Amino acid sequence: MSEIERHSYDVVVIGAGGAGLRAAIEARARGKRTAIISKSLLGKAHTVMAEGGCAASMGNVNSNDNWMVHFRDTMRGGKFFNNWRMAELHAKEAPDRVWELETYGALFDRTKDGKISQRNFGGHTYPRLAHVGDRTGLELIRTLQQKIVSLQQEDFKATGDYESNIKVFHECTITDLLKTDGVISGAFGYWRGTGGFILFEAPAVVLATGGIGKLFKTTTNSWEYTGDGHALALRAGATLINMEFIQFHPTAMVWPPSVKGILVTESVRGDGGVLTNSEGKRFMFDYIPDVFKEQYATTAEESDRWYTDPDNNRRPPELLPRDEVARAINSEVKAGRGSPHGGVFLDVSSRMPAEVILKKLPSMYHQFKVLADVDITKEPMQVGPTCHYVMGGVEVEPDTASSNISGLFAAGEVAGGMHGSNRLGGNSLSDLLVFGRRAGLGAANYVDGLGARPAVNEADARAAETRALLPFKNEGGENAYTVHLELQQTMNDLVGIIRKGEEIELALKKLEDLAIRTRQVVVEGHREFNPGWHLALDLRNMLLVSMCVAKAALERVESRGGHTRDDYPVMDSDWRHVLLVLSARGEDDVRLRRQEQVPMRPDLLDLFELDELKKYYTGEELGGHRAGTAGESDTA
Amino acid sequence: MSYTAHFRVWRGDSNKGELVDYNVEVNEGEVVLDVIHRLQQTQTGDLAVRWNCKAGKCGSCGAEINGRPRLMCMTRMSIFDKSEALTVTPMRTFPVIRDLVTDVEFNYQKAREIPAFAPPAGVAPGEYRMEQVDVERSQEFRKCIECYLCQNVCHVVRDHEENKPAFAGPRFLMRIAELDMHPLDAADRKRAAQEEHGLGYCNITKCCTEVCPEHIKITDNALIPLKERVVDRKYDPLVWLGSKIFKRTPANA
Repeated sequence: MSEIERHSYDVVVIGAGGAGLRAAIEARARGKRTAIISKSLLGKAHTVMAEGGCAASMGNVNSNDNWMVHFRDTMRGGKFFNNWRMAELHAKEAPDRVWELETYGALFDRTKDGKISQRNFGGHTYPRLAHVGDRTGLELIRTLQQKIVSLQQEDFKATGDYESNIKVFHECTITDLLKTDGVISGAFGYWRGTGGFILFEAPAVVLATGGIGKLFKTTTNSWEYTGDGHALALRAGATLINMEFIQFHPTAMVWPPSVKGILVTESVRGDGGVLTNSEGKRFMFDYIPDVFKEQYATTAEESDRWYTDPDNNRRPPELLPRDEVARAINSEVKAGRGSPHGGVFLDVSSRMPAEVILKKLPSMYHQFKVLADVDITKEPMQVGPTCHYVMGGVEVEPDTASSNISGLFAAGEVAGGMHGSNRLGGNSLSDLLVFGRRAGLGAANYVDGLGARPAVNEADARAAETRALLPFKNEGGENAYTVHLELQQTMNDLVGIIRKGEEIELALKKLEDLAIRTRQVVVEGHREFNPGWHLALDLRNMLLVSMCVAKAALERVESRGGHTRDDYPVMDSDWRHVLLVLSARGEDDVRLRRQEQVPMRPDLLDLFELDELKKYYTGEELGGHRAGTAGESDTA
Repeated sequence: MSYTAHFRVWRGDSNKGELVDYNVEVNEGEVVLDVIHRLQQTQTGDLAVRWNCKAGKCGSCGAEINGRPRLMCMTRMSIFDKSEALTVTPMRTFPVIRDLVTDVEFNYQKAREIPAFAPPAGVAPGEYRMEQVDVERSQEFRKCIECYLCQNVCHVVRDHEENKPAFAGPRFLMRIAELDMHPLDAADRKRAAQEEHGLGYCNITKCCTEVCPEHIKITDNALIPLKERVVDRKYDPLVWLGSKIFKRTPANA
């Protein structure tokens, strides 16, 4: 047994994307010594890839906007499956979180009167997304990173040590959370560079590890998105919810093969881009679902007028929530009306002058020019749906971001509930800020209220070490890449955008086989920056999370948001109030149970018209609505 | 069309290393990073490479391809002659950790030495007002994805380890310019740029601009204007006269 490097902190934040950095800033502001642990270098986290913007009802472009409109849009986008308290907190606090970024030095695009400009996006009633061209995520992460630096500079002035209160451990991966007497006591991991092991003693851990895209073959997500936080939480005894809901972003590049899955921002549509099929038809008019009939234009003429006169025209159907657009594209391609490379056409070249495209969508221009030899100012892009985001995640208490394990918190994509069955574009960056802050605060308050700190059990640390070294001890197994590719193919083909009962059952069988092979994976070489070893350990997480997705997808026999069942194509009100909760059963199996959603607070329910709610809710659930109560008082 | 390419990849650690030859399949439309990944998957599972987004947005996969600093994820194989060997080596200015992965800690240290944004006094959050035309200058520099190719190529430090302590490098001199041009930043940064962060070492050869994958005009738009501002401050006749007449040193001279 080797010597394990040890550190002691008040709060350990796992993940250095938007949620992790915002959580760390808050924990440090509350006087907590905070460690930030990141699989990659600081500033490279997946948040950097967010393009379109950060949704917040500041009302800078349309003064009719406010938190209630944002709340309504979020609930509609999630098919009323969202944790309404999270959606409420998110809508109320997002503007403050964005304004705060300006005090950290962020430079958003401006309106004519010098305020933060806001752009249109799918599912948002008004222009709502604070943005910087199409590189908003970069601005967000750099701003938060620079705020961390400024806090370190303050600490340097006070103590002579930049890292006295907040330290970043980058290229460091956590493989296990440690508990003592049922509460969090620390975290165990390894340095990617040296392969040395590292142990954090800490009473509070914030998971901010992002998503699970690498379960799938084509994804907009980077290699880091291996469901680490989801799996760490499960193995620590926490529960996951909503794992059947996975967002397939409607528009990612489809050609050349090596770039398949790279994101094409929704801003392309928000700024006027249209989707057409091989017959040149704007097909989205054929795919407006009943629940959205009132809000979307039915003709190209009305759609086009909306860009200049949104108050008197309905919005183009290209800006329906992402699940609707992704399914529509999928249907067009299946019907044989796809583009040559198996997607559909997304065109801005015929919609706006080249100089406007270059100004509004510089990254998209660059990306297509360099990677696909396509000049988007002259010809249409070819795009198709790709795994983008997981709505499911750790079940948390909305106000504090605490999981059901004392000392364990989760924020951002790794947390579940906020987005219901489908996330609106732009609601992710705001989610990171709102709940990142709340998780940092929740963790700090938890530490304040703690008596004695739980001590790490040495045996647990040694067990974690043994598990991490298993791939070096194994003999005769496959390499991690082979098993990973098969896992991705299985999930892509059998639990992908359109699902069927028998296919999911087949996937579960394959996953059982993959579970055995995952345990037996063999690594060649040494421990220094060995990607084969890193993947072998990540694979363990991906497998467990894949089980959650498949089991929940099989159980939910309806179609809703990011869960489409070919054999149960209709949304069913009786399923709206049912959460599927997953917990770990050993190293590589999960248990599923059903749980009732908490009914929405009456004052929030009253923000909607009864007619709209009837499309989603069962009759018994709507007794408390103002319309119902008003009716009663009239007759009384 | 697929073909077999001849790759020469630097393998080794901080002690020793060498170029190792591989023959590897290349398919239509692929970038250098795809081919490196294929090597990992099929021939050498422990080949170390740093990457994240594979979309030119995170700036993790910088390396030297046939001697030129580039992002591996944005370098199409089609720009190279199929019959020629392709040499991939780690960035030269930073210490090697393993194979193509270098220790870029230098950059994080330099980032920490640049004083942060100084918020204007008395302006509440939500009350910031700036014109688009004014924020655009700094926004250009905030496009930086911190790939450190500019830091790597800059001759001031590329073969001169001894200059590293005194020189922030183009990326962080640009950060000073960015803050200096921020419409609401309350600090004065000109003296420090010259005296503490080594602006004077830069002799505007524009190597940094040439390798920038974001096409930021680092030299023309950040470094030269910053140099001009420093000079303006130093040789401003009114400032000079004032300091003589009133017998005191202005705060920022």
